[in-house]
Amino acid sequence: MAMHASEIEAMIKEALPDAQVQIDDLRGDGDHYAATVISTAFAGKTRVQQHQLVYAALKGRMGGVLHALALTTKTP
Amino acid sequence: MSEKEQTFERIREEVGSNDVVLFMKGTPVFPQCGFSATVVQVLSRLGLKFKGVDILSDPAIRTHLKEFSDWPTFPQLYVKGEFVGGCDIVREMYQNGELQDYLKQKGVAYQEA
Repeated sequence: MAMHASEIEAMIKEALPDAQVQIDDLRGDGDHYAATVISTAFAGKTRVQQHQLVYAALKGRMGGVLHALALTTKTP
Repeated sequence: MSEKEQTFERIREEVGSNDVVLFMKGTPVFPQCGFSATVVQVLSRLGLKFKGVDILSDPAIRTHLKEFSDWPTFPQLYVKGEFVGGCDIVREMYQNGELQDYLKQKGVAYQEA
């Protein structure tokens, strides 16, 4: 019940092709990650909307198999 | 009314009748999750009065709030009926002073310790 960092990155990039994604496995357990996502898609959006875009990219895994993803979103 | 509609109605009632509502795991005194504890800490530092709703003891809210807010995780903070964010957003907004500005703008009294 965990996801690999590469899998998370791939799903985010599939939905947000221009995104720069950096993922850190906080505890080395494949279950607690921190991600920084930089994309032009975030321009003009509130932080809630920006995070919702990333959660949508993860297609329901967030809060399910992916327990903890500390998220920071930015525009380039 | 379906169970979902009834639960949505209860959520609307909670966020409509309390200025600041935190849907969390556990209670403000005994948070059951580190992310919930972090937000409780932020709200406490701001001396904010808030209503804590323990989603662990309310399975209907736990199930349906995710769809209500379009947000997949807990905790979830509401101010004056508006969804503010989860742990990451609340912490970031507190650290850069945005949360304080937001509260002022919404007319919610707080007193930073």
